[in-house]
Amino acid sequence: MSVTILFLGPLRDLAGEQEREVAAPLDWKGLLEAVGPEIAEQLGEERVNVACKGKVLADKRTLHAEDGDEVALLPPVSGG
Amino acid sequence: MSVGEALAAFNAAHDGAGGVVSFLGKVRPEGGVKALELSHYEPLTLPGMQDLAEQARERFDLAGVLAWHRIGVMKPGEAIVLVATAARHRRNAFEAADFLMDHLKSAAWLWKRERRDDGWHWIEPRDQDHEDLARWN
Repeated sequence: MSVTILFLGPLRDLAGEQEREVAAPLDWKGLLEAVGPEIAEQLGEERVNVACKGKVLADKRTLHAEDGDEVALLPPVSGG
Repeated sequence: MSVGEALAAFNAAHDGAGGVVSFLGKVRPEGGVKALELSHYEPLTLPGMQDLAEQARERFDLAGVLAWHRIGVMKPGEAIVLVATAARHRRNAFEAADFLMDHLKSAAWLWKRERRDDGWHWIEPRDQDHEDLARWN
């Protein structure tokens, strides 16, 4: 019973890893606790998005990830 | 497949078009940049590029669109991105290539960092990139 959290772009450096397995289910509050204060602070910024199962959440605070789901943390893009 | 082969295949696939325009973006060999690393999140990046190509096809009445983007580590002088557009008339093909590049440069789900003498630095779009994108609204 786990959810995979993916750290994209600069968040990967902050996390010190590409991904992390945490217990399912996972909501917004659980996500903030799971990633630690530094990344939680980034997630508080409007320009940082969250995707669940490959879809960007219109409101990241409504996150509800279940067993096997992938949650991606998306900092502002750099473009190509 | 090389850039030349891709363009030859694209051209052959659209032999009814009046013109084909292509743009090849490369890592600039200046500013002390030793390498560029592009990363993506495929579940968003790929559908995003497909949607962008479809928008361009409809907006500029294109016969076809080619949009390639590399990920991973690239050295100065290496190709990063290739777009090609085929249309009945040249103006549409030129504008569509410009449209595609402006969107890829600032709105695609890609993260970029560059390595200089003092290590890796994450890059955000320049103001100019955002202004370029706003031209199409």
